[in-house]
Order: sequence, then C-alpha cells, then structure tokens
Amino acid sequence: MKNNFTLRLLLTVFVFASGALAQSGGELRFVLHSEPKTFNPVLMEDDSSESIRYMTGGVLIRVNRQTQQPTPELAQSWKVSKDGRTISFELRPDLRFSDGTPFSADDVAFTMKQLMDPALHSPTGDMFRSSQGQMQVNVSSPTRVSITFSAPIADSVKSFDQVAIMSAKSPQKEMAVLGPFYVAEDKPGAYIILKRNPYYWKHDAQGRQLPYFNSVRLDILQSQDTEILRLVHGQIDFINSLSPDYYDKLEAENPALVHDAGVSLDSEFMWFNQVPGAPIPNYKKAWFASTNFRRAISEAINRPDMARIVFKGHAQPAVGVVSPANKFWFNSQLRPHPFDQKSALARLRQAGFVFQDGTLKDRDSHAVEFSIVTNANKNRERLATLIQQDLAGIGIKINVVTLDFPSLIDRMTNSYNYEACLLGFVNDDLDPNSEMNVWLSSSENHQWDPKQKTPATPWEAEIDKLMREQASTLDQNKRKKYYDKVQQIVWEQEPFIYLINHDALSAVSPTLQNVHPTILRPQVYWNIDELSLNQQLARNR
Amino acid sequence: MKWARILAIVFLVTVASASLLANFVAPASYAYQFREEPDASLSRHHLLGTDDLGRDRFSRLLYGTRVSLLLAPAASLLASLLGLLIGGLAGFAGGWIERLVMSATDLFLSLPWLFLLLTVRAVLPLNVSPLISVTITFALLGCLGWAGAARMICADARSIRESEFVLLARASGNGGLRLLWRHVLPNLRAIALAQFWISIPVFIITEANLGILGLGITEPLPSWGGLLRNLQSYTAITGEPVQFVPLILFVAVVGSFHLVLHDKELTV
Repeated sequence: MKNNFTLRLLLTVFVFASGALAQSGGELRFVLHSEPKTFNPVLMEDDSSESIRYMTGGVLIRVNRQTQQPTPELAQSWKVSKDGRTISFELRPDLRFSDGTPFSADDVAFTMKQLMDPALHSPTGDMFRSSQGQMQVNVSSPTRVSITFSAPIADSVKSFDQVAIMSAKSPQKEMAVLGPFYVAEDKPGAYIILKRNPYYWKHDAQGRQLPYFNSVRLDILQSQDTEILRLVHGQIDFINSLSPDYYDKLEAENPALVHDAGVSLDSEFMWFNQVPGAPIPNYKKAWFASTNFRRAISEAINRPDMARIVFKGHAQPAVGVVSPANKFWFNSQLRPHPFDQKSALARLRQAGFVFQDGTLKDRDSHAVEFSIVTNANKNRERLATLIQQDLAGIGIKINVVTLDFPSLIDRMTNSYNYEACLLGFVNDDLDPNSEMNVWLSSSENHQWDPKQKTPATPWEAEIDKLMREQASTLDQNKRKKYYDKVQQIVWEQEPFIYLINHDALSAVSPTLQNVHPTILRPQVYWNIDELSLNQQLARNR
Repeated sequence: MKWARILAIVFLVTVASASLLANFVAPASYAYQFREEPDASLSRHHLLGTDDLGRDRFSRLLYGTRVSLLLAPAASLLASLLGLLIGGLAGFAGGWIERLVMSATDLFLSLPWLFLLLTVRAVLPLNVSPLISVTITFALLGCLGWAGAARMICADARSIRESEFVLLARASGNGGLRLLWRHVLPNLRAIALAQFWISIPVFIITEANLGILGLGITEPLPSWGGLLRNLQSYTAITGEPVQFVPLILFVAVVGSFHLVLHDKELTV
C-alpha cells in the first residue's frame, strides 16, 4: 500500500514537472490599444492587426523569440539554393485551415501571389521586393513548393515569419487560418474574440492539442492607466509593453507582476537636418554638415543620466544603429560615446567654434542655437529637456518644440522645415535588410538627407556600397563583416545620434503559466499556443 | 460672504505677489535639474521636493503661477476688449449689421478651437524661446476667446440702444459716436468687467488642457498646465501628496476668482 502511494506521488510529481500542470480551457484576456485596420494578413501594417496575425496566422517558418533563430512551422524543412534566389519548402502533410479546408502547396502559391500583387500594395510583400522582376512559385506536389526570386534575397528565410498563409479555396477567404486561434467575433471599438482553432496542428509533450486556451478576448482600450487598473484587478492577464513609470509603480505594489526582459531592439535617437534645400539658414546647415559638430553634440549628451532618470534604469546608453539585443548583428567592438564635454569643446574648436562667456559661437559669431522637434511623448520630451541642460554646458541653446505627429511628419518628409528631430526607432526585424530603406542615400527614409541622386558624402557612398553588398551575399559571416563596417561608419559620422536602448518591460498576472517574456515582439505571448491558466489562482479572478 | 471675498482677495494678492517675486523667493532656477535627486521628497533644500527630472517643485510652482496668473488676465483683457468692440458696435448699430456680426460670431463659436490651435502652433517658427511661445499661446487664446463675450455684450448694447435715456439723448441732438462714447459704453462697463473676470479662470483651464495635450508652454518654462500634466497618469495617483499642490493652488485660485465675482459691481 505504501509502495502504491509512493508510486502515485512520484507519478503526480512527474506529471506536474513535465508541464501537465498546464490546464486546457479558459479565456486569455488582454488589451489592444487601437482597432485593427484589417484582418487580411497581406494588408496588415498596424500593431493591432499584426497582433491578430500573430495569433491567428499559420506561417511556414517562425523566428523563435528566445533564440532568434528560424524554426519549422507549416514547413517541416526548407532549403535555399546556392545562388540564393530559390527557397524550397517541404510542407507538413494533412493540415487543415480553421474551417476544415485542407492545406496544400497551392495555398502557399496563392499567398505569395497575393503578397506580390501590385494592386494590393502589401506592406508584408515589400520585404520580398528588393529587386525588379517577377517572383515565381513552383508547386511540384501538395507538400512541395519552391519560390524563386529575380535576385538573391539574403536571409529571406526569416521574412517568412510574417507571411501568414491564406487559403486558396476556403469560402471564408482570409478568415480561414492555420494559427492557434481564429477570429470569432469582432465588435468594432469594443472587443475582439478569438476562438481556439479546432484543426490546429501542434500538440504538447503529452499529446494534447494546443492551444490550451479556449479563447482570447482582446479589449480595445487606448488608456494605459485603465489597462493597468484592469491588470491589478485581475480583469486582464498581461500587459505586453510597459513604460518605466508604470513598471516601477507596479513593482512597488507587486514585484511578481512585472518582467524586465532586458534591453530591447528599440532605440531613441536624434538627427540634424542636412537637406541642402531645407528652409533653414546656411550657417546652420554648415554646422549640421560638420562631423565634428555632430560628434561634439553626441559627446556633450549624458546618456547614462537619460537611462537612469527618464527610463528609471530600464535602459542603457545606445551604441549605434544595432542594439546589443540583436545578438548576431551587433558590432561588439563599438562602445557608447562617452559623456565628455571637454572633448566636445575640443572638437568644436577644431570645427572653428569659440566658447566665450558661456556661449558657443561659430566663425561668423553666430551664437549656436537650434530647435529640437519631437512628438507629444512624455519620455521624448524628458530626453529633450535633459539634452537642453547638457548642451547648455557647452554654450548651446536648445528650444524644445513638441508637435502633433502629422505636423512632425510633414516637416520631416515634405517641407524639411526643422533643425533637429528626436524620435524613437521601433525595430521588429533582426536582419539589416529591413534597414535598406534607411541607409541607402537614395531612400525616402534616409532622414537626415533623403532621396539623394548621388551620395552627398564619401561616407554615405561607402554605406550605400556596403549595404548593397551585404544584401546580395549569402554568406552570413561576410554579411556581418559588411554590416559591422556600416555600424562603424555610422558610429564615427553620427548622422543619427543614438541615445539609449530601452528595456522590454511587461506585466503578467500570476494566473498565467508558461510565460517567458522576450525582447522581441510580441514579448509576452510569442508562445501563445503554450500559455495556460493556473486554474487554482484563476478561480479568484 | 463679505469675509470670504476679503479672504479670497488677500489670497489672490499673496499668490500673485509671491509669483511676481519668484526671482527672490524661489530657492533654485525653475529649469535646473538636480540630477542626483529626481523625485526627491520634501526637504530643507526642496520645500516641495523635486520632479522626475530633479527640478525644484516649489520654484517651478512659483514661476508657473507667474506665467499663468500674468498671461491669463492679459488674454482675458484682450478677449473682453475684442468682445466689447465687436459686440458693442453690433448691438448699438442694430439691423442687418447686428445680424451679420452675430452670424459671424456664431460661426466663430462653432469653430473647433483645438484644431485651430494645433494648426497655428504647427505653422509657428520653431526657434522661439519658451517665453515668446507662451505669450503667443495666450495671445491666441485671447484672440479666439472674444465670441462668447461679444454675444453677451451685444445683447446688453441692444437693450441700451432701445432704452429711454438713449432716446432722450438722441432727441437732445447727440450723434452716433458721442452717443456711443458718452452713453452706451459706460453702461457696458459692468458686463465687460464681468466677462473679463469670468474669462481668467477659463483661460487658465484652457492653457492647462493645452499643456496636458503637450501643446501649451514648451520646456523648460513651467506653467500650471505643465504642472497639472504630471498628475494625469495612474503613476501619480498614490504618489507623494506634494504632487497635488499645483492642483490645490489652481482650484483655490479659480475658486477665489469666483468669490471675487460675487461683488455686486461686477455682476450684471
């Protein structure tokens, strides 16, 4: 009898330890800050739509948010040809969409056709449009498909993480999905209900079909204050992204609620307007075009204070274009620019500036004064205010101007009527190819001087060359070498003055199990099919 | 009630004096960041502690009060004078002029102020000092706030135009301008003054709302709007009680203005 009891106890412990504690059923609840603009996965570009796509869409390959490596999903294997133009997928057999329609290679072909349809202007399709010419999809069997691009697309494998496969035959069209959930109810402006996909193909170690949750309720709510109160009162299960103020507040109340996954890919940065035709005085254009001036400004900014005061220690001084969180692509030889106002003044003297009676003047005795525009974002305004005091230390007067976002964008992209701008860079993609539209001098998003016919400076020409070379090379180590050089040039020239990389902060109710927040989006629910409720704790919610 | 009014006047005078003498009373510059002491509690050095950037809260409150208490009455004066001019002339002239002016006033009242302010702020030059920026903000408020006052004053001017003493004055040979200057305008003084007093707290609240939207006064210059903006988030709800001092002062000043308005000379 005793042996029997011991055996049962051991079995219980084993079952608990092996994750069987995860209970099926229940509803996962969290907040979307805006209404999804579309449920069509090829047309999605806003955060809320992308959240829906992540939870409902089945993809060929998924980038594991913890390891940052591609893992098989609908494709059980894939192979890239030597010339880097063709990717062949071996698909899992006998899968079905959420409405029961069988899945085959034809659906992959249909989805790729939709993605590349010029009439649809798919933002997801842009990732595969790095060269002119048609893409070809060859279906050789129901489980084999190959995609051939007109030119090599480096590391395009990871881009398939965002391609949700659509059904070519389902009467429900894009609403038939292969992901863990499907959209069951949409009450515009109020909530969206996702239900468990009865045909979802994944199973846990015990052979139980995933996902564990029966449904997901997404409340549409703009205010993070209300979101936090809902979390505290057990009405939602997690908050995916928290500001440092809220993090500290929640941590003080209940340390078990909050998670700091470490430094994220996102950064805050500023730049000077170097557009030759910008409606600003010529002597200011000359300041902004001077590398010494930009380097001096960078050195006169106290980044550790920014991380400590504005981000309450949940940030670190930025090194450059790539965050240290991007494990493979970060150039580890580079260090953040130190806070050194003496060195800054020395650089300014080299560039012909004079520091006299607390005021910095250029060669023609113009006092150095410029404005920094930013959007109505509390943390950015705080950063600008810190910069104001830091630069006053080297005799520079800063005017901080907060503008509504459309006005700011208009100044940045149409009128070029601004002097310096402070904004944030939200990065979802680890690969440098996603930044081609920023670094190429001909690009519209080359913000300090966009749409150049020929590179304005030798170092911009060098960046153009290196970015093109890395994009057309398949050898990852070679690509890394080219991109390291790009980071080095950006670090030296500072067309963008990178300020800080902030941490990925989130809050999770203790009722939720199997949660491992990461720095990559979607931080908390990247493994949504494995999340479950602790039934004992959940009874009280 | 008389004592309450006296207390309100004393309070307003004290607050106004302290803010006007901020250069001497404030223990630190309103802009200086004591970076080793962000969010500090009350202390001998910082009577109301420091804000999230380490700036002395008491100094910022004094300077912020100065900005709001000086510029809100100025904006109110501008709005009331415009209201007196437009409403008074329309009411005195009567007929199609009155109808036309009042239709234009109604149209002006229906304009979405916020979007207008957003647009104007967006087209302003960027390199203006915070002081000029705040002056422009209040000037805009003054220029946009005349319509309500004009409607009230127009109604009063109309009744004065139709009154017996104006009829007698006309019969005595008083012409248009003389009639306006000697008989109508003096009788509009009370309503114009009431409009002036009523508008002051309205403009203070408007500036506070603009500050909450990030469109008011630019950093680092403090104003009540900017100070109240710090209280808008959940993180401030259970923070240190000193955070609420700007709110208490704001409510007390607005309340005091209303108590002063009970004076019979200022009510219509």
